[in-house]
Amino acid sequence: MPLKIIPDNTKIPFTKWRRLALAFSAALVAASIVAVMTLGLNFGVDFRGGVTIEVVDDQPIDIGRVRSTVSDLGLGNVKVQAIQDFAGSEEGVLVVVEQQRAEGGAEENEAAQQRASEEVQAALRGLLGEGIEFRKIEVVGPTVSGELIQRGAIAVMLAIGMMLIYIWFRFEWQFSLGAIVALVHDVIITLGMFAATRLEFNLSIIAAILTIVGYSMNDTVVVYDRVRENLRKYKKKPLPELLDLSINDTLSRTIMTSGTTLLALLSLYVLGGEVLRGFTFAMIWGIVIGTYSSIFVAAPFLTLTGVRREWGKAAAAAATP
Amino acid sequence: MLQFSKWQVALVAAVVALGAIFAAPNLIPKEQLDRLPGFLPKGTINLGLDLRGGSYLLLGVDTDKVIADRLSGMRQEIQRAMRPSGGRERVALVSLPSVDLEMGTISLRVREPDQADEAARRVRDVTRTGVAFLTAPPYTVSVQGDLIEVRLTPEARRQYAAEALQDSIEVVRRRVDPAGNKEVSIQPQGADRIVIQAPGDNDPEELKRIVNRTGQLSFHRVDPTVSLADAEAGLLPPGRILVPFAASEGPGALVLYEEPEVTGDMVETASAGLNTDGAGFQINFSFDSRGARRFADYTREHVGELFAIVLDNEIISAPRIQTPIPGGQGRITGNFSPDEAARIATLIRSGALPAPLTTLEQRTVGPDLGADSVRAGTTALVIGFLAVIIYMVATYGRFGVYADMALLANVVLIAGALSLFGSTLTLPGIAGIVLTVGMAVDANVLIFERIREELVAGKGPVNAVETGYRKAWSAILDANVTTFLAALIMFQLGAGPVRGFAVTLATGVVTSVFTAFVLTRMFAGGYLLARRPATITI
Repeated sequence: MPLKIIPDNTKIPFTKWRRLALAFSAALVAASIVAVMTLGLNFGVDFRGGVTIEVVDDQPIDIGRVRSTVSDLGLGNVKVQAIQDFAGSEEGVLVVVEQQRAEGGAEENEAAQQRASEEVQAALRGLLGEGIEFRKIEVVGPTVSGELIQRGAIAVMLAIGMMLIYIWFRFEWQFSLGAIVALVHDVIITLGMFAATRLEFNLSIIAAILTIVGYSMNDTVVVYDRVRENLRKYKKKPLPELLDLSINDTLSRTIMTSGTTLLALLSLYVLGGEVLRGFTFAMIWGIVIGTYSSIFVAAPFLTLTGVRREWGKAAAAAATP
Repeated sequence: MLQFSKWQVALVAAVVALGAIFAAPNLIPKEQLDRLPGFLPKGTINLGLDLRGGSYLLLGVDTDKVIADRLSGMRQEIQRAMRPSGGRERVALVSLPSVDLEMGTISLRVREPDQADEAARRVRDVTRTGVAFLTAPPYTVSVQGDLIEVRLTPEARRQYAAEALQDSIEVVRRRVDPAGNKEVSIQPQGADRIVIQAPGDNDPEELKRIVNRTGQLSFHRVDPTVSLADAEAGLLPPGRILVPFAASEGPGALVLYEEPEVTGDMVETASAGLNTDGAGFQINFSFDSRGARRFADYTREHVGELFAIVLDNEIISAPRIQTPIPGGQGRITGNFSPDEAARIATLIRSGALPAPLTTLEQRTVGPDLGADSVRAGTTALVIGFLAVIIYMVATYGRFGVYADMALLANVVLIAGALSLFGSTLTLPGIAGIVLTVGMAVDANVLIFERIREELVAGKGPVNAVETGYRKAWSAILDANVTTFLAALIMFQLGAGPVRGFAVTLATGVVTSVFTAFVLTRMFAGGYLLARRPATITI
């Protein structure tokens, strides 16, 4: 007998809880905005500029001495921390140097980052010996970090905008609006989570957010697709009941797909190595939020705007291939 | 919908088989691959620098400086054109012509208004010599009363900047990969940037040391009449410059004639070698015919004097001319380490950069971290894949097996497509594949859930499956288009690793629609139509 996580014909009155859900979502969104405004995001080297160096040695590393040596270079705010869960007998240290500011023009500013990188490398060689290996060196100057922030923000906004147009094209404007509210909701809460947890926010997180946007949209569209179908099928059913029916119809699919996606992501999170951990975490968070929002935000939102009940032949034709 | 004609089955099978054929080279070791016959595809997925280890450098070309150099060169020529020569009388100017870099203009004011036309004529002559390669003249000249304005056209400005970028790439290539046998990629990016990608354990610091130097070499006459104290106080006669010694030569400076006797572009070859009569290393070089003649003339006329070899505004050597040097051969001796001598030889050989390069971004991944990432990414892919496969079979039974076969075909097709297009696989790219595995089954989930509903509604197996596929299509299409759009934006706006993620995600979306919608339908249709089961469990 096949496994069934969600029984057939569930009749969960989701829209009955819409006020509660909308209040909960509004509170989360508000809290996220406050968190981003007050705490800010913990930008990684991609957006903040500066230097990140990872060094490994096959001998124990005295973090305290590394910290005092690097701090003595006079490079401003310096962060030194051990690299966690390192395989084998090696030990690793991560050194993060803030963006350098130099007198003079843009070129001096860029060159200052490079100098800082060289100085830290030389200091680490001096302290730990020539046998160390630089596992990772990232130097990002002010020009590039500024551009990356800008391009990241544009990418997220463009993605949301294109989704809006696509849904508008395929559905009615009420759906488009509902889907975008759900999307913006997901993006803001994800940003809020990053502000609250102080997890590093870097370029790969932008990729994660864009994927979340795609996924959340995907989830919402599946529910909306069913809403549209049921609107055609049940011309007289009150909208809240019809929405409940549509959500319940698609519920087992929603849970199933979230399940397989989460399985794959959990595998990445646990086994995919530290480089991907932040990215995967953002994705897992996004899948959960995206699933929640398509059920509790996107669909109930239609009760606020109302929908057109008379579906013309053109719309019906467009929905079937 | 469940009926497939023979040629349709053949076509689908051919697509999957092609995917497998293109994916196969990735599993075969390199040496064996080279021995295979030529008609077989040999393209493999390129591993990104984050997976194989290596350095990524983003360099900025200072195109403004190139334009400024052009303008100030033009200003000098205009100034020269105003002097009397060959029967032409002097055109007196109110002051030296002035350059506005922002606007790209040179303006000059003549003292006598009736000379304005003559001045404008001369300016036009000067601005049009030696510019045959441009379709339109690079400068426009306008006269307003006694004011003449020379303006660099936007087209010419772009052209000069583009040339500077191309020249810079050539110079960088000659420096980084003189023999052309390294796996280093040097590409332009945008209007004024260069991306260098050097895989393996190329030392990024050495790479930067060699590309961040302009490599401007010149040979100058030393002016011993000006005392260093005067020079340091700023009391320099016109046409003289104060140039410091390079660090290897110790402290101090010399006063030189600004106009070089010979310049680096007249040097044909250069190589590092052991110092022939002392300790340390030297650089041997030879001039081209023009340089050799000039050098011979100069050394013959100035025996016994000091002269200075200047590289990037530093004196790297200041020997005394013992005898005339007629053969066009020379050597630069100094306190060079072998590395520095080799570096200087490379700089001289490669020629000077049109403008200094600024390192805007550097990302280096050690080979060990890359190998770790490949291992971790592959493990995650295999485990994630198995988990999804088991989950699908447990949930949908026979149909789950169909979905799993489609999933397998999907991964093969992604690998095939990436190999065919020679795409670069990055660590986020692997994450994209893992994610695709999780999301690709979505289409099948949509279909299967729909079939369940139709079965519950009392339809027979064949009818239910057919309706399921038909009704699920609209949702599948919408869902995948949205993900594809997101990937498209990532590719357009993303940098490096994010692009790798976008590529695999977009590829996965396309292949998954095919495998989930067409392939599973073929399996399901084949089973249903051949066996005609009275009931199905899904």
